[in-house]
Amino acid sequence: MNFVRSHVLVCGGTGCTASKSPEIIAEFNTQLKNCGLDSEVRVVQTGCFGLCALGPIVVVYPEGTYYAQIKVEDVKTIVEEHLLKGRIVQDLLFKEADAHGVEQSLNNTDFYLKQHRIALRNCGVINPEEIDEAIAFDAYKALGTCLTEKTPQEVIEIITESGLRGRGGAGFPTGIKWKFAAASPGPVKYVCCNADEGDPGAFMDRSVLEGDPHAVLEAMAIAGYAIGASQGYIYIRAEYPLAVKRLEIAIAQAKEYGVIGKNILGTGFDFDLEIRLGAGAFVCGEETALMTSIEGHRGEPRPRPPFPAVKGLFQKPTILNNVETYANIAWIINHGPAAFNCMGTEKSKGTKVFALGGKIKNTGLVEIPMGTTLREVVEDIGGGCPDGKKFKAAQTGGPSGGCIPASLIDTPLDYESMAAIGSIIGSGGLIVMDEDNCIVDIAKFFLQFTMDESCGKCSPCRIGTKRMYEILDKITQGKGTLEDLDILEELALHVKENSLCGLGQTAPNPVLSTLRYFRDEYEAHVVDKKCPAGVCKGLVEYKILSDKCIGCTACARVCPVDAISGKVKEVHSIDPSLCIKCGSCIAACKFGAIIVE
Amino acid sequence: MSTVKVKVNGMQIECPSDATVLEAARQAGFRIPTLCYLKGINEIGACRMCLTEVKGAKGLVAACVYPVAEGMEINTNSQKAYDARKRTLELILSNHRMECLTCVRNQSCELQALAEEYGMEEVRFGTPKEMQPDIEQSTPHLIRDNSKCILCRRCVAVCKNLQHAAVIGPNDRGFSTHIGSAFDRDLGEVACINCGQCINVCPTGALTEVDSTYKVWEALADPKKHVVVGTAPAVRATLGEEFGDPIGTNVQGKMVAALHRLGFDGVFDVDVTADLTILEEGTEFIHRLQNGGTLPLITSCSPGWIRFCEQYYPEFIPNISSCKSPQQMFGAMMKSYYADKLGLNPEDVFVVTVMPCTAKKFEIRRDDQSAVNGLWDMDETITTRELARMIRKTGMDWSALPEEDFDPDFGEFSGAAVIFGASGGVMEAALRTVVEILTGEELAKLDFVDVRGMEGIKEASYDVAGTLVKVAVASGMENAAKLLDKIKAGEAEYHFVEIMGCPGGCINGGGQPIQPGNVRNFVDIQTLRAGALYSEDALMKMRKSHEVPLIKKIYSDYLGEPGSHRAHELLHTSYKASPKYPGLEADKKKN
Repeated sequence: MNFVRSHVLVCGGTGCTASKSPEIIAEFNTQLKNCGLDSEVRVVQTGCFGLCALGPIVVVYPEGTYYAQIKVEDVKTIVEEHLLKGRIVQDLLFKEADAHGVEQSLNNTDFYLKQHRIALRNCGVINPEEIDEAIAFDAYKALGTCLTEKTPQEVIEIITESGLRGRGGAGFPTGIKWKFAAASPGPVKYVCCNADEGDPGAFMDRSVLEGDPHAVLEAMAIAGYAIGASQGYIYIRAEYPLAVKRLEIAIAQAKEYGVIGKNILGTGFDFDLEIRLGAGAFVCGEETALMTSIEGHRGEPRPRPPFPAVKGLFQKPTILNNVETYANIAWIINHGPAAFNCMGTEKSKGTKVFALGGKIKNTGLVEIPMGTTLREVVEDIGGGCPDGKKFKAAQTGGPSGGCIPASLIDTPLDYESMAAIGSIIGSGGLIVMDEDNCIVDIAKFFLQFTMDESCGKCSPCRIGTKRMYEILDKITQGKGTLEDLDILEELALHVKENSLCGLGQTAPNPVLSTLRYFRDEYEAHVVDKKCPAGVCKGLVEYKILSDKCIGCTACARVCPVDAISGKVKEVHSIDPSLCIKCGSCIAACKFGAIIVE
Repeated sequence: MSTVKVKVNGMQIECPSDATVLEAARQAGFRIPTLCYLKGINEIGACRMCLTEVKGAKGLVAACVYPVAEGMEINTNSQKAYDARKRTLELILSNHRMECLTCVRNQSCELQALAEEYGMEEVRFGTPKEMQPDIEQSTPHLIRDNSKCILCRRCVAVCKNLQHAAVIGPNDRGFSTHIGSAFDRDLGEVACINCGQCINVCPTGALTEVDSTYKVWEALADPKKHVVVGTAPAVRATLGEEFGDPIGTNVQGKMVAALHRLGFDGVFDVDVTADLTILEEGTEFIHRLQNGGTLPLITSCSPGWIRFCEQYYPEFIPNISSCKSPQQMFGAMMKSYYADKLGLNPEDVFVVTVMPCTAKKFEIRRDDQSAVNGLWDMDETITTRELARMIRKTGMDWSALPEEDFDPDFGEFSGAAVIFGASGGVMEAALRTVVEILTGEELAKLDFVDVRGMEGIKEASYDVAGTLVKVAVASGMENAAKLLDKIKAGEAEYHFVEIMGCPGGCINGGGQPIQPGNVRNFVDIQTLRAGALYSEDALMKMRKSHEVPLIKKIYSDYLGEPGSHRAHELLHTSYKASPKYPGLEADKKKN
């Protein structure tokens, strides 16, 4: 093994890969060679660092220097200045917003300070395509411990004691789930991994698989040992090609090393793994639909009972956990349940990864102890809304979750607190909205997603979401009535209470929570026929302010429907009957003379 | 059987421990509405009409699939459950083309019945009255109108689970979900066997048979046509259901009276050609048995089964009897024997049958089904349901109809022919004749009870003149597939096999009166209907095909002997393998 003086870690997650991180790695290797440093400095492609907004990210160790938004042409500078001459390239460093100025080390940034990384512990640290690096960071140590020192019963007890709950959405206690499956009789059982991450904006599972696939493989083998299964399936969407590739590499390497497959670590325990690619249907994240899909059928949920722990995949006892849940398992075994359950709240233990998106500065992945408040996440870690806009609401749990208004920003992020205010933790999507977002439009957006993704099996979800969408559409067009709001709420409750599976049972959440917290905004749409945020095209009018317009004709020239008229150097006007409210004129006007009312 | 004690609407009952909430409620005398549920066939909890309150459960439960437990307290009629069902019904109605008065299922529609029961005064969503038809009609037997489909998936389940064909399923998703074939191919482009079981289970008017009655009316009105009708044995066992008679009522006499009043020039019984089938097929069997022919011999009466064999198990085509189906024999005999006897020009004879079957609509236009002067053997065939519609249209008072006999020219038949309508009936009829021919002795006991009953697969063996003859009977194509797989694998050996396309045989054919889900799920329709046929057989003087004077006369006057050249010309045909995906084959040719 070669010892090197510096490591250059380059993010190889999907986002940074799309921003040319492979080219950056190649360029580092070329430049290091040119400077004769190739034997002293090692370039490592890692998983995601989390701060995706600032990718591609390059971190240089041992200093921990954190370079952000690196381009291929910056590489030469970093090599020649930092790696050759030992001078940190100040211009390329990550710049914290506001007062902090330039931070040199990754771990001192506000983005990372409040985080506690367990599931993401190795993401951005190791090369996910090298099992040796994973092993150097304790991969398969917990599996060895379980197989040689613990009974299956003890393993389940540890997981139960840790308080770990399912990170996929429902928050069912993982240890209890394992216990049920272990108690089901029969020689054939299955361990499944839900990597069918489908919430718009959530990508923590993808990042784990891209950055630390062995954490999942190891946990599945532990689960197999705990419940008495020797076969596992990872159900992953085909839209995650990089994660699939890294999983395939990881499984091959793990088999080669004898930590997956027959007679693991010489203990006589067999556990094999297969990948199943999903076609990207949101409903296949629902456990019974996922299993139906693995079986080769159209991905649709089936009624429960029987529950998967009794009759799951191929009618055999099965456990299904999601990627992030599995990513916690080995850590809990290695550190003990107390190290895990000392974090979080009374009923929500440990950490949770959130995917920050929407109107927030630091878009990316954060892992925080359960019970951290929404305010800490949005303001401290996320850096608040860009351009000084006012925080209006946050949607947690993706399209299945609820909309949390600014007045509840101090709510702790844990299962119970979220449920109490009509939202869910869900898989951890967290979409921030500012004052420019129309809440009705947002509800319509999420509902359109679930309506489109409904599998079509049960009547309430298939037809109910469609009818709800029609009402929301009517409201955003300015044709809604107060009675429509009542019917919308009635329908939403009906779909929530009577649908067959979790998709339908949660699809109305965005509508119900926005009706609860933003009813005035709905009423503005139906009573005043106004969209306060100026988003709903059917309710706004574009106007030219006569005191600001100088008659430059820029707006008239860009208007695609010739709705703007006026002579040169004279005030222009917009014909509302022609205007399609596309916004081109506003973008073209340099004088702020066009407003939306 | 272990039992549990549960309370239904406050009433304590003891029910099987594997019962569902629906079954427990039924046992206590309460019907919970269902749309998608078909016991043992479609247990998917999808329509949500059966949501019911169970004390302590998280929410309402789907009664059709939710198991009972000791001490469970069920409230079938709570306000909460009622409201949920009514709202679900409203949603379903909002996407159902409402043209009830002009719908073929008017007054026999399960959705309509529920709408009435739940007092649906308005539908606040969608525009169900403005919806346009969404029709697929690519086969001779079936029309699908997806604008009336409520996606209960009963059709999908019977096609897959009972009939092994699985040629339909849900396509697309969400609100766009619709029933269709793979890649939205037409039904005519996939390996549909035309059995019509999907129609029988459709709760609404989304699936209906192709209506052939207007062609029959046209022929009846044509003074140049001599219009004759023949009825299949299974029709008399079910037609009464259309007029409110109890399931299992034999209405042969009224049926004949009604046909006379409709104006047919001859009202005959296809049972006569069923008897002919026994003689022809029996002869063929004995010939194969004694001359090392291909065995097992498999019956050929059911056109659904024939289509299944041609598409799914073509390797068994050499096993199939060369006999035409009784319907086709009937047509051929009408245009030859009967026309000759009455001195009619065969071209003027218009032959109609009333069948329990939709596959017959396919069969009448198959190749090699025209024995006389290049004329089709059969001109039209209508289902039991279509006959009922014709009777209703004429305003006949069913209850006042007298009992009449078939016309004598072609109306004498055996009890063996009558039981053709139930699974096992052809086998039993054949055994009555074949055993007597082989042994040369009269059978002491005519009932072959081992092949009776509604089990999917029945097996028996009989010592016939020193030879152990092994027989098997299967009905429904899933059962047929199981049986054929066994034979193929060498796990079972038979001499003679009866296969019927529909589960239970023709009494449960795809053209039979439609019984709603709540009857199908709790009443053994097949056994009741079969009972009507077996009772008729038991009471008949002639119970063996080869003893019927008319049959003897047909052979002596016209056909010669069973298996003769003339018999072959008129009564036999051949079958050939056909592709499982005719649509794809056609595409390949195009490219």
